[in-house]
Amino acid sequence: MVRSERPLSPHLQIYRWYLTMALSIGHRVTGIALALGLLLLTWWLLALASGPEAFATVQTVMRSWFGVLVLFIYTFVLFYHLGNGVRHLAWDAGYGFDPATAYRSGIGVLIFAGAATVLVWLVLAIAG
Amino acid sequence: MSARPPIARVRGLGAAREGVGHWSRQRLTAIANLLLVLWFVFSAVALAGAGYEEVRAWLAAPVSASLMILLIVSAFYHARLGLQVVVEDYVHHEPARLATLIAIPLVMTALAVIGIVAVLKVSLGS
Repeated sequence: MVRSERPLSPHLQIYRWYLTMALSIGHRVTGIALALGLLLLTWWLLALASGPEAFATVQTVMRSWFGVLVLFIYTFVLFYHLGNGVRHLAWDAGYGFDPATAYRSGIGVLIFAGAATVLVWLVLAIAG
Repeated sequence: MSARPPIARVRGLGAAREGVGHWSRQRLTAIANLLLVLWFVFSAVALAGAGYEEVRAWLAAPVSASLMILLIVSAFYHARLGLQVVVEDYVHHEPARLATLIAIPLVMTALAVIGIVAVLKVSLGS
């Protein structure tokens, strides 16, 4: 291959990290995590179909400190991907592209994901 | 209605040979997921502290069973499309890339079918 003498754009690690860039890669990372998390949903449904013993095992794991930690992080990841997904749909429709709006909608997604996660687990703590 | 211009149907549908199909299916399942996931989160919170019989009775109801099957289909399809793009972007070793791109839809379809059968078993009570 002939090496081009034309300048190349700087490699990724040259750039200073900024919020919209972190949120963008975060959408991918959370997407992968959610895909893996679908295994949990399948396991839960299988246990429910299998009988009380299998379901009790799932509940014991999910109510252990480690299970609660995973589910808490999973809740945030879910709401983050959901909120940021809506942000992406708005972009697809042509809205919110200018840097100031994109920055503000990014902050909004983080606040939404944090607030929704805390709300869900507060209700769970009170009801559960 | 289709977002695809008529000419795309005549020609070879672009470099990926699928036109905007992947893109629009990702958005369609995203909108479905938005509604279905919110329903699932509300249901899961409402079921907090419930035992086996209660949860089973909830899923056995026709509305929950239908929405759960829709959620499984939409979520697994959305995940399959998303994982495919990640592999296409980052896995450059050709054999590994091909193997992963074949494995992803197979595994996701298998898991989705397992989930749907579980829901049907609970709902139809066999």
